[in-house]
Amino acid sequence: MIHLLSIEDLDRGAIERICDRAAAFSEVADREIKKVPALRGRTVLNLFYEASTRTRSSFELAAKRLSADVVNFAASGSSVEKGESLKDTILTLGAHKPDAIVIRTPWAGSAELVSRWTPAAIINAGDGKHEHPTQALLDVHTLRAKLGALDGLSIWIVGDVLHSRVARSNILAFQKMGARVTVCGPPTLVPRGIAALGCAVRFTLDELPEADVVYALRMQHERMDQAWVPSLREYAAVYQINGRRLSPHQVLMHPGPVNRGVELSGEVVDSPQAVITAQVEAGVVVRMAVLYEVLAGHRAPAPEPGGAPASPAHAAAGRAAEREVV
Amino acid sequence: MSVEPLVRAPAAAVDLLVRGAHVLDPRAGIDAAHDVLLREGEVARIGAPGSLEAPAGAEIVDGAGRHLFPAFVDPHVHLRVPGQEHKEDLATGTRAAAAGGYCAVVAMPNTHPVVDSTPGLRSLRDAAARDAQVPVGFMPAITRGLAGRELTEMAELREQGALGFTDDGRPVVSAGMLRMALQYQRLCGGVIALHEEDPSLSGAGAMHEGAVSALLGITGIPSVSESTMVARDCALAGYEGARVHMQHLSALESVLAVATAKAQGVQVSCEASPHHLLLTHEAVRTLDTRMKMNPPLRTEEDRQALVEGLRDGTIDCIATDHAPHARDEKEVPFEQAPMGTTGLETAFAALYSGLVAPGVLPLGLIVEKLTSGGGLLGLPVPRIAVAEPANVVLVDLAAEWEVGAEGYASRSENCCFGGRRLRGRVLLTVAAGAVAFRERALALTPA
Repeated sequence: MIHLLSIEDLDRGAIERICDRAAAFSEVADREIKKVPALRGRTVLNLFYEASTRTRSSFELAAKRLSADVVNFAASGSSVEKGESLKDTILTLGAHKPDAIVIRTPWAGSAELVSRWTPAAIINAGDGKHEHPTQALLDVHTLRAKLGALDGLSIWIVGDVLHSRVARSNILAFQKMGARVTVCGPPTLVPRGIAALGCAVRFTLDELPEADVVYALRMQHERMDQAWVPSLREYAAVYQINGRRLSPHQVLMHPGPVNRGVELSGEVVDSPQAVITAQVEAGVVVRMAVLYEVLAGHRAPAPEPGGAPASPAHAAAGRAAEREVV
Repeated sequence: MSVEPLVRAPAAAVDLLVRGAHVLDPRAGIDAAHDVLLREGEVARIGAPGSLEAPAGAEIVDGAGRHLFPAFVDPHVHLRVPGQEHKEDLATGTRAAAAGGYCAVVAMPNTHPVVDSTPGLRSLRDAAARDAQVPVGFMPAITRGLAGRELTEMAELREQGALGFTDDGRPVVSAGMLRMALQYQRLCGGVIALHEEDPSLSGAGAMHEGAVSALLGITGIPSVSESTMVARDCALAGYEGARVHMQHLSALESVLAVATAKAQGVQVSCEASPHHLLLTHEAVRTLDTRMKMNPPLRTEEDRQALVEGLRDGTIDCIATDHAPHARDEKEVPFEQAPMGTTGLETAFAALYSGLVAPGVLPLGLIVEKLTSGGGLLGLPVPRIAVAEPANVVLVDLAAEWEVGAEGYASRSENCCFGGRRLRGRVLLTVAAGAVAFRERALALTPA
């Protein structure tokens, strides 16, 4: 894999390979020294055109745990505010020879576009309302860790589907992993034509009890240019996942940050059914696996970068890379 | 009108004998091989193949195996003058028109500043009289600054050569405002051409609302944002007895609305663009910004409805909506890119390759619809008949070429057919009695 641009590009085998490698890396997070030398000497550039703390810091942490050098570049306060085009920004930053660029923008397709302008590996950290592939990968990883496999699961994605790149990536990823996906939300926030992605569409939570996994989406006030629902109060009354609606057998997920009292009630966030913090933990190891995949995984089984002694996790990752070549 | 509606730069009168080309002019009822002599700006003689002698000094073009049509007229182009000459200017835009086989084009007023005053129109016509390679007509704005609030001085603009009026690029949102323009048309004449779009429905949309927009997470422009306005404005035109022209129809529902209005006797005509006749929103999947235009590429059902509309006469003409943009303006993420594709240089070849060669529509129908746009606005329709002005295009239907491989005559390269291999190459264009384009490889034998 040269880039990670979308879930649409991946098949089940690629998703499983990344999640397996993430599982191998998760051992690193439990050690006292949380670092392996797998990407020593490599430079990872975080280029964020939108506000982000979790995704950006998760990528930064992932790169640092693999011993890569990390440069953060935020669009606000930079040349972008002086009117520099995306292309010129990429050409300029490309002159620093980053090995990978992690990019988030408010525009669909921008990660793919950028990949034409630089030899660096491109990782899509969110392109407008299109895709957020590492979120979907970490969600798959979380569910595999919790339930073993996704085959045959019924997963409901509830809330503002229209503005959600997380929803688009997850509909595709969950289905590729064998799950059935239902999207549910206010009719104004479910895009026309979404069923073409293969999911079922519901406008009420009446059939929610059939779900094995309930994935609540954030009401994204920041992406809303108009009043899409009469009020958040009414939204909560109809669509909030709360103790009354969530069955004990169901796993609850959310990409964060949570609006407590809107899409989720406080008691379900704090319940043992919620795997929201496990998702955040998975974020780092999955992004380690993605960085490894694009920077080292697709190359022939190379000697240890920098000749550093192999850590157990790194050895596991190296074995994964070898398997891939065979 | 007290002035000639079309303007071009001075050019030498044509003196040319086209020998043995297959002449096809559906209106003149010609569909056979002929010799055609063009002299002193007119069609001087038409004779059986090999029957005409070239007068001294006249050039001879071998037309054997080639087709000669009346040259095309485009009622809808953006030449970007004044104010956006980095995208196109009168010389490059009309050069592109000539390269595409056009003998006349009509320029839209959404320039900077907007063409909404007589001084603006006059200076533009003066510039065209210096720079235009083919005759250009102008349609000033319906409302000042395209703002939709007050009428332009339509009567005076008509006196100064306005072909008609349009706020193209934008709809006339207020029904009351449009009604006033339609009423005022009784005084000054001139077709009112309408870009139909309800902005409360199209909003910030960047492509057709449907399965592809849902997958890409791009805000959609629903078909009803166009068709509801088409229906509204047909009703207004019917009520006021006004003459309106619907620009660039893209949706099945819009075709139905126009057909209904025509059946009721409303004086409405409409156009469709090659890209809407040949491409669908599937072409947007790769987020190629050349595929971003307004109205957007829609579904296969919409595309077929447009093709059927051409066939059954609901759609009166083909217009390119030639909309050049500079490379750096289109080399951005899809949602940030400006709307529009160029079209003048590819219209015939794209339609021939996509609709005529596969047997969907007859060649004569495409020629008729490519030549009829000016007549709808009151201009003479090009004809291949003795004593008519020489407006002809010589085409090699068998010639294959790759769009953009040799660059473009236009200043811009944002062509939605770029990179495609098309059949049908324009070899020679004669516009208003003068050679406006000749293919570089075309063998011209001096007499």
